[in-house]
Amino acid sequence: MSTPSVTTPSRWRALTHHHLFWPVAVLVVLLLVNVPFTPDFFSIKMTDGHLYGSLVSIVLFGSPLILVAVGMTLVIATGGIDLSVGAVVAITGALACSYISDQADQSALSGVLLAMGLGLLAAVVCGLWNGFLVARMGIQPIIATLIIMVAGRGVAQLITDGQIITINSEPYKLIGGGYWLTLPFSIFVVAAVVAVTVVLTRRTALGLLVESVGGNAEASRLVGIRSMRIKIMVYMFCALCAGIAGLMISSNTSAADGNNAGLWIELDAILAVVIGGTSLLGGRFSIGGTVVGALVIQTLTTTIYTIGVPTQTNLVFKAAVVIVVCLLQSPKFRAKVFGAKFGAGSGTKGSAKPATAPADTAPATEAAPKMEVS
Amino acid sequence: MLNRRNFLTAAVGVAAAGGLAACAKKDDSASASSSDGGGSKTITLGFSQVGSESGWRTANTDSVKSAAKEAGYTLKFSDAQQKQENQISAIRSFIAQKVDVIAFSPVVVTGWDAVLKEAKAKKIPVVLTDRSVETSDDSLFVTLVGSDFTDEGRRAAKILEKVLEKAGHKGAVKIAQLEGTTGAAPAIERAKGFKEVMDAEHKDDWKIVVSQTGDFTRAGGKQVMAAFLQSNPDINVLFAHNDDMAIGAIQSIEAAGKKPGKDILIVSIDGVKDGFVAMSEGKINAIVECNPLLGPQLMDVVKKVHAGETLERWIKTEESDFMQDQAAAALPNRKY
Repeated sequence: MSTPSVTTPSRWRALTHHHLFWPVAVLVVLLLVNVPFTPDFFSIKMTDGHLYGSLVSIVLFGSPLILVAVGMTLVIATGGIDLSVGAVVAITGALACSYISDQADQSALSGVLLAMGLGLLAAVVCGLWNGFLVARMGIQPIIATLIIMVAGRGVAQLITDGQIITINSEPYKLIGGGYWLTLPFSIFVVAAVVAVTVVLTRRTALGLLVESVGGNAEASRLVGIRSMRIKIMVYMFCALCAGIAGLMISSNTSAADGNNAGLWIELDAILAVVIGGTSLLGGRFSIGGTVVGALVIQTLTTTIYTIGVPTQTNLVFKAAVVIVVCLLQSPKFRAKVFGAKFGAGSGTKGSAKPATAPADTAPATEAAPKMEVS
Repeated sequence: MLNRRNFLTAAVGVAAAGGLAACAKKDDSASASSSDGGGSKTITLGFSQVGSESGWRTANTDSVKSAAKEAGYTLKFSDAQQKQENQISAIRSFIAQKVDVIAFSPVVVTGWDAVLKEAKAKKIPVVLTDRSVETSDDSLFVTLVGSDFTDEGRRAAKILEKVLEKAGHKGAVKIAQLEGTTGAAPAIERAKGFKEVMDAEHKDDWKIVVSQTGDFTRAGGKQVMAAFLQSNPDINVLFAHNDDMAIGAIQSIEAAGKKPGKDILIVSIDGVKDGFVAMSEGKINAIVECNPLLGPQLMDVVKKVHAGETLERWIKTEESDFMQDQAAAALPNRKY
């Protein structure tokens, strides 16, 4: 969260124009809202040899969403969308848990690793199928991925026989519900995936290629980028992320629930991507923004639980917050409400050609103005 | 898709033609069978299930199927996959096939008048299972075979009294409630029944300090309970609308360094196998059963309906309550 180099007169101006400013501001406000209701909201204490507190819970329960959203970000950056991630979550969890439940020794490490490999393989195959339909067959991403979204949950139910499979495996419990070095293990998994993604997309040309394909797939092909291959790759990566999230979700409760695991997570993931400032039109993306977006959604969920919103109004409350966040993201709205100070300035600044610089700061300044169209 | 539609059209067409041809005859046979008690010919039962959304539902389906087989009835089974339109078309096809009795677990509460009137016009009696419907005309269905969710809530409150007494609990009872899916009948009525008893008998000492939906799922129960324990660390009782949410909540309670079943007393509803496992480990204190094995009862009702007997409007399923000390003994018999 470093601010870009200050060339504008005021530091404050640079800060408010940073693409992560509004998502982070919303996150901070949401966290602060909890304090009157949960006095020791920010306190973290040691319990049974691991850290325990609201912030730890938010990261722990938010981990699967962060993973799915990171994968979704790259798909959206190519101008696509992946609705099948929720079903992939269900399939992966169902496969891994049903394999483990068939083992004589459920805690045997080799069996657990094999189960996880099996689940992730299935996820990648789903991603390959999505990528094949989108890139090779030229089917609209929303339709192509709808197939697995609908059918995949059926497959997951088939694997689990419509039952909830409960397992009792200590090593498997680690990935989504266990602790390592006093922190939830899932934090390390998320950190690793995010780090690898950032390095691959921002330190190599891959990010540039992805944005280029999203900007104009045909033009990219003509300049020699294998846009089909890039597209297939991002769908596979997205499914892999969803697969890891699926392992986490099933490991968190030590059970595979074909009906409910990852239900509607695709919509939350898309929302996280949008809150993070990535344009749904493709061509630019922000992994950091997506992570903050996912944390905003998870914090919102936790907030609803702790401040005692009546259950019937949960969704209305959620919707109201999301509307506010999206409006804050719109430079036009900001210009109208707060005056030129927050909004209009970035409009001229951000009209630079997209996808020319793979460096961190370039898409950063451009992400905000593009939001007005999504 | 096209093939399936053609096939359906053809099937419905054939069925309708057959129905027309057999129309006059059917009336005769119906009156004849009611005069001799309906025992002579095998009964055909059309059953439309909600879907297969939970272990409870799967057990419910299996129970109906095996009970029909045992009773020697011809069962035409259809899975609605949680969609009302599927269920309506299934019922229409049962009518077209001229089944003797139609039974179904309605997906939602309203919107059944039209199709039920069609069944009534053809003199096919309708029995509801598990869930009820709202209709303008009470004669549209004969009876409901199912659980009384409100009573389950009341029973949960009653058994909590016993649990508190057994644990030797003194002082204020601060209850966290994990509700089912918002708007679902079991969630609304279980909360209502529980509150009824609480308001009537424990107005001063019991209090529901937090209540939130966990969507009847383990993940939901776990997440909501984690937040509850942060905002209200002094909770000492958990009332979960189903076992799965209780199982999820137990994991959060353990992560908070507390002992489920001791520091926080837990009462839940349903009685699925995993719930009994948790109870035998001492993590759930009491379970109020909501019995899905209503197949045999349903077949009995179908027989009576077919014979033209008058029945009560609501036939409640046979259910019991379980305390921790009964868990180990009851566990091997749990089928679902």
